[in-house]
Amino acid sequence: MMETINIILEGLPTLLKGMGLTIEITVISLILAMFIGLILGVFSITKSKILRTISTAFVDIIRGTPLLVQILFIYFGLPSVMDINLTAFSAGVIAITVNAAAYLVEIFRAGINSIDKGQMEAGRTIGFSYGQTMRLIILPQAIRRMIPAFVNQFIVSIKDTSLLSAIGLAELTLSGQSIYAANFRAFEILFAVGVLYFIIIYSLSLFSRWLERRLDVA
Amino acid sequence: MKMIEVNNLKKSFGKLEVLKDINIDVNSQEVVCVIGPSGSGKSTLLRCMNLLEEPTGGDILIEGDNLTAPKTNINELRQRMGMVFQQFNLFPHMTVMENVTLGPKRLKGKSQSEAKELGTQLLDKVGLVDKADVYPDNLSGGQKQRVAMARALAMEPNIMLFDEPTSALDPEMVGEVLQVMKDLAEEGMTMTIVTHEMGFAKEVADRVIFMDEGFIVEQGTPDELFGNPQNERTQAFLSKVL
Ligand SMILES: Nc1ncnc2c1ncn2[C@@H]1O[C@H](COP(=O)(O)OP(=O)(O)OP(=O)(O)O)[C@@H](O)[C@H]1O
Ligand SMILES: [Mg+2]
Repeated sequence: MMETINIILEGLPTLLKGMGLTIEITVISLILAMFIGLILGVFSITKSKILRTISTAFVDIIRGTPLLVQILFIYFGLPSVMDINLTAFSAGVIAITVNAAAYLVEIFRAGINSIDKGQMEAGRTIGFSYGQTMRLIILPQAIRRMIPAFVNQFIVSIKDTSLLSAIGLAELTLSGQSIYAANFRAFEILFAVGVLYFIIIYSLSLFSRWLERRLDVA
Repeated sequence: MKMIEVNNLKKSFGKLEVLKDINIDVNSQEVVCVIGPSGSGKSTLLRCMNLLEEPTGGDILIEGDNLTAPKTNINELRQRMGMVFQQFNLFPHMTVMENVTLGPKRLKGKSQSEAKELGTQLLDKVGLVDKADVYPDNLSGGQKQRVAMARALAMEPNIMLFDEPTSALDPEMVGEVLQVMKDLAEEGMTMTIVTHEMGFAKEVADRVIFMDEGFIVEQGTPDELFGNPQNERTQAFLSKVL
């Protein structure tokens, strides 16, 4: 027992560094994905056929291919035909961003559509533009309803970052792998890795419950 | 002066032609009530007047400005024209005061204190000052509709459009909403009102328009239209509702 604890404690600094990277990638990606998801989500409900097609094509392509293939494609595939050199970190952020965005598009679309169309009409009738009505009236209501789905996507994205170990990014999973590759204590180390993921995800769930309760009061 | 001028208005939804050839003028300070059976196109007509529905043909002038002309700024034009819906459509995430002051603050550049003063004055007019900080979910239907009117009036419009403002209300709340509309009419607001309240139309309207199947079948003063309807369809409709 003492030995197990010692092994974990020894690996902990490396694991915490990996955990930091996991959180960093997830947070950056999710922020970027929010913007892309919102823009493409609004595209998907406009009258413009071109904008709707762009949105649908993006969503279909990203959701229709495995994330691991996307990661490998961005990191190894693109540089082999284009003159770009991505670090594992940038490639990871791009892959997680694009992937989360595709799911967020659907969340935004459904959230906006769930608001009664009388709200848009009331806003437009006062004299607000479409954009102003979206920003002041529709989105504040829609986003409250979307919070559980957002958090869910956040959790999925955190788990997805473990696939970035495939391109050598020292996030939490790869940090663990590198430790047990040297000390052969896979059980202890992977157990610790699991606990650390659980801590991030469980705190997020608690936060989302708190947020929902707070917004419900208003 | 003509506030609203509708010329040869046509509107179809796909193959369904809902408005067939509508011509109406609404003069300054005039109160026009539109009546007719369900599905006759009353709401569609009203919604065309502020471009919530895009006309398929004809044109509409609001205070002389052509609604569908490319150079018309529809957002500016709508500010001059308030609309009240059957379903209220209050913003549920804002208090009563915020509902009323959102437009003046964001579109007319009023300061917080100016907007609040205007809001208080309008809520007083509709008898709801004490509800300023309440959220719409905690209001009765009649109260919601009065807030909706205050919200529309906050833009200081020259014209008010009403689409069956009392149809979603419990009977005991109809009176309080109609009273606000009567006050408005007395102050000289130009109003176009789609309504099923024949008593109200008789009392308040300067002119009553009867629509059926996408046409204006007959129009006249309340005395003419209710007292001595000329068209068979008008007679049949009135005999059912009066
Ligand atoms: N967005 C729409 N798409 C398709 N058809 C529509 C749409 N809006 C209205 N209609 C149809 O147009 C016709 C006229 O509708 P409208 O709502 O103008 O009637 P109304 O006179 O206001 O009736 P009511 O008294 O029931 O409110 C109806 O047959 C209706 O089904
Ligand atoms: Mg109607």
